[in-house]
Amino acid sequence: MITGALRQTGRLFALAAEVTRAIFRRPFQFREFVEQFWFIASVTILPAALVSIPFGAVIALQVGSLTQQLGAQSFTGGASVLAVIQQASPLIVALLIAGAGGSAICADLGSRKIREELDAMEVMGVSPVQRLVVPRVLATMSVAVLLNGMVSVVGTLGGYFFNIILQGGTPGAYLSSFSALAQLPDLYISELKALIFGFIAGIVAAYRGLNPRGGPKGVGDAVNQSVVITFMLLFFVNMVMTGLYLQIVPPKGG
Amino acid sequence: MGIEVVVEGLTKSFGKQNIWQDVTLTLPAGEVSVMLGPSGTGKTVFLKSLVGLLKPEHGRVLINGVDMVNSPERDIYETRKLFGLMFQDGALFGSMSLFDNIAFPLREHTRRKESEIRRTVMERIEIVGLLGSEGKLPGEISGGMRKRAGLARALVLDPQIILCDEPDSGLDPVRTAYLSQLLIDLNAQIDATMLIVTHNLDIAATVPDNMGMLFRRELVTFGPREVLLTSEEPVVAQFLGGRREGPIGMSEEKDAATLAAEAASAGDRPDAPRVIVPQLQPSPGLPPRQAVARRRERVLSLLGTLPPAARTAIRDTYAKDAAAPTLTVPRAGSGS
Repeated sequence: MITGALRQTGRLFALAAEVTRAIFRRPFQFREFVEQFWFIASVTILPAALVSIPFGAVIALQVGSLTQQLGAQSFTGGASVLAVIQQASPLIVALLIAGAGGSAICADLGSRKIREELDAMEVMGVSPVQRLVVPRVLATMSVAVLLNGMVSVVGTLGGYFFNIILQGGTPGAYLSSFSALAQLPDLYISELKALIFGFIAGIVAAYRGLNPRGGPKGVGDAVNQSVVITFMLLFFVNMVMTGLYLQIVPPKGG
Repeated sequence: MGIEVVVEGLTKSFGKQNIWQDVTLTLPAGEVSVMLGPSGTGKTVFLKSLVGLLKPEHGRVLINGVDMVNSPERDIYETRKLFGLMFQDGALFGSMSLFDNIAFPLREHTRRKESEIRRTVMERIEIVGLLGSEGKLPGEISGGMRKRAGLARALVLDPQIILCDEPDSGLDPVRTAYLSQLLIDLNAQIDATMLIVTHNLDIAATVPDNMGMLFRRELVTFGPREVLLTSEEPVVAQFLGGRREGPIGMSEEKDAATLAAEAASAGDRPDAPRVIVPQLQPSPGLPPRQAVARRRERVLSLLGTLPPAARTAIRDTYAKDAAAPTLTVPRAGSGS
């Protein structure tokens, strides 16, 4: 049982290493990359935007209500924007990439595997990792980074709107607290998180897709597992990265 | 000329279940070999082990000095370009048209111009008789057509070694006969080493130079076709006769009690004497198979080590050949 879990983990890491190596190996599958990028972007942009507005609003309202009770209402802007950019945005992006893009990648690779398409490809001397997995992982990573920018902007605007209109905050206080507390590294860590989450989502989806157990039912199970595993990994990695960031980068307000 | 494939002491298990052990054989360069075996004896696993898709626990598969079991991935990928493997149900890429499927190896491995690719691909499509269907998706054509498209794709890089996984399954007897002829014609044209895995007796009787049989987790025999066709081994006799009486049961193998009961009631259906059908010849107009002369030399030098029945059969075959050196009987509407 334990060795089984360790073996799966090890093979997941082995695939991650193999993909990383294959990224730099020629020829690069540009066409496949563009197709996958477009596909993943098209299934995630709209849901991401629609989720980020209420998410930004909820954070703004919650933080606003708390700061009001503490008498620090003028800091609402900075606090809610930081929460959105550093935590909410990368997670929203990762959940959508894993849920919409990763599940499709996993199902696609899994059904190709059970139809022996991947074996056929290997026999023809073409590595499925380089031909199919690398473009997909790069696509999830780059979509994650770009989408993260969009979600941050939309979420911040949503928070601003709700704070000003519904809670009677003042635009000036919102913006000045924002510039007092937020700094550029906040944005960097947000994008770095998105990049790494995109990588994890792509690798886990590809790993489960390349190793389905049994027939079509196995592919269904693999999709299900890939989403669950990605979510668990994401939250864990997020915790580690947040902890490290708070230790390493000195807070601006302090 | 094809490449020799040397298999030494190959053993493969899935978990605790042993598939076959200590398989040792040599596929002679340029010759056609057939691997027989009842369903579920690991014939497909054997094929996949030859190309390095599955990794046996022990033994080696040597091709041009590269061990397909233990060599570094990079060497294995290089060596795989020498292979053409025809999968059981074609294993075509479902999202690509037949044309793109067959062009895939060319586009991946060569820098040819699109017009050249088109010419090569259409040539192969014509060989397997799929002209007019090149724009269709694999989901839109019959199983037999998918098989032939899979063969065309396996042929497109002019492989030195061709492996066919049950080329007959899902084909009617007439199409199977055409396919047998096609395989022999191919061998005459490109002189590739071929291994066909099947349980079709017609293919087994007419196509190969060499034959082997897998049963009960081991290789029963492997050698010139006459050896297996004249073999008195109960498994071989049962299989070639297509009878129920013998060691092969519905589920893999029978127990001793059933066998004894069978022996007691034996004789209700006597064995028809097995005759060795002459091997297929290339269609008229094609060059003679270069493997024939090589095989003759090889087999005659082996003669002393073969069982007496096989020896007589081989002498008979070559005596007939000597009497009528050009055996190619003009065939009405020849295959392919």
